[in-house]
Amino acid sequence: MAQAEGRMLPEVTPDSRAFWTGGFDGELRINRCQACRQWIHPPVGACWKCRSRDVAPEVASGRGTIAAYTINQHPWFPAFPPPYVVALVELEEQPGLRLTTCLVDVDIDAVEVGMAVEVVFDVQDDVALPLFRAVAA
Amino acid sequence: MTFVENRAVISGVGQSQIGRRIGRTGIDLALEAAERAVAHAGLSFDDIDGVASYPGPVAAEAGFVGAATHDVRDAFGLRTTWHVSGVETSGQIGTLLDAAAAVASGRATHVLCFRSVWEATAQAAGRAAALTSKMSRASGHSEFRMPFGAASPANWIAMYAQRYMHEFGLTREQIGKLVINSRTNAALNPNAIYRDPMTMEDYLNARMVSWPFGLFDCDIPADGATAVIVSRREATSGLARPPITIEGAGAALYERHTWDQRTDLTTMASHDVAASMWKTTRFTAADVDFATLYDGFSYLTTQWIEALGFAEHGKVGQFLDDEDNYRLDGRLPINPHGGQLSAGRLHGYGFLHEACVQLWREAGERQIAKDVELAAVGVGGGPEAGCMLLHLTD
Repeated sequence: MAQAEGRMLPEVTPDSRAFWTGGFDGELRINRCQACRQWIHPPVGACWKCRSRDVAPEVASGRGTIAAYTINQHPWFPAFPPPYVVALVELEEQPGLRLTTCLVDVDIDAVEVGMAVEVVFDVQDDVALPLFRAVAA
Repeated sequence: MTFVENRAVISGVGQSQIGRRIGRTGIDLALEAAERAVAHAGLSFDDIDGVASYPGPVAAEAGFVGAATHDVRDAFGLRTTWHVSGVETSGQIGTLLDAAAAVASGRATHVLCFRSVWEATAQAAGRAAALTSKMSRASGHSEFRMPFGAASPANWIAMYAQRYMHEFGLTREQIGKLVINSRTNAALNPNAIYRDPMTMEDYLNARMVSWPFGLFDCDIPADGATAVIVSRREATSGLARPPITIEGAGAALYERHTWDQRTDLTTMASHDVAASMWKTTRFTAADVDFATLYDGFSYLTTQWIEALGFAEHGKVGQFLDDEDNYRLDGRLPINPHGGQLSAGRLHGYGFLHEACVQLWREAGERQIAKDVELAAVGVGGGPEAGCMLLHLTD
């Protein structure tokens, strides 16, 4: 797995704690509306679809496809050297449910829209970052 | 239906010195731009009773905010009946739409609107180091991006561009034609930062920043300020030049304010604001004589071309293939001043300034030769955008 050292870590909030710590149990936890079952990310205080306030984290499969990506070549963080692939991963749970994330253990030249990926967690301090790798053929 | 019943007009514009690392403060630049705009309109500071700016004194990157509304009020001793600034608005010209509404509703008569940046100087002084050395936790809007190295709009917008290219076959060469066109126009603009000719080879071989964006797809940090006077129409008789009517405006956002959850990744908020703008006017895209379209990144301009209806969705590549569509002497000149890619990042307001200068036929060597009376201005991209239709009738 690619080293996450040198990355800027997230400030864990009450709204995002489940997302950032689920990986300690091997789970990708995403907020979900308990009324209409819509998945919601990033977390907000209500369901943007049905406006229910009854939203709680649930365990997602951790599987998805690449909706878009970029190969970053600029050293924004000196300790986190390029090139690395930033991607929008669309989770299989719901069309349009996307995470901005990093791809790891992938051949950069082989990355493409629609590629199947799965979550892997990279533990840094008090958070487990959900990164994604290609699903073995 | 018309935008604030056509009561809001632009009566004057002004710009400060513009350059790279010119070593002047953001306030100094803002005051210079303000003096020039007030004089350009034929007004005095005693006439100014409103002030508007984007984004106010927020603590973003160094150099991003050169002056607050109160800095300018205090410096000139203005007696204002209304003022506003804010980052939570419809793109960088969002507070101008507020100013238009303010003059139309009688809360102010002449509003001094300005945007001041000194990013070139601030970055030389170590903004990049500041970004990474403290390594504080990512919070707010960046909590879900920074940990993955998605540190810059270059990364966020590159992903939109990549998906669009995947869907519709838009190529780097096609985008490059637009970038080169801007550079060609900038050669005629004495205030532009980069004026040397650019070839397709230069463009394609430039250092890659975040694929598909190379160095020349990213705009240039600059020091400079722009001021625009928004006036109530009834108060402009006898002023220096005929007023430019704010004929239409768009500030819509129909989806979540995020960079990664928009339903259709091949559109942006620019599509929402453009659709809402066309509902405020009798004009259509076919009536527009030229356009100044935001290019913080090259791809954003291609989004505006489609959003405003100059090319069909998915077909901007074909539009760009035919340079007669957008060059200075073409059917719809785009960014006559060189845009932010060549003239420098005045952060939205430069596009507005150029549209006004062209309508008043005061653009010097780069003046569009044909008659121009209707300009479209599009600013922003991603989840924040605003647009205007400007009309000079006399």
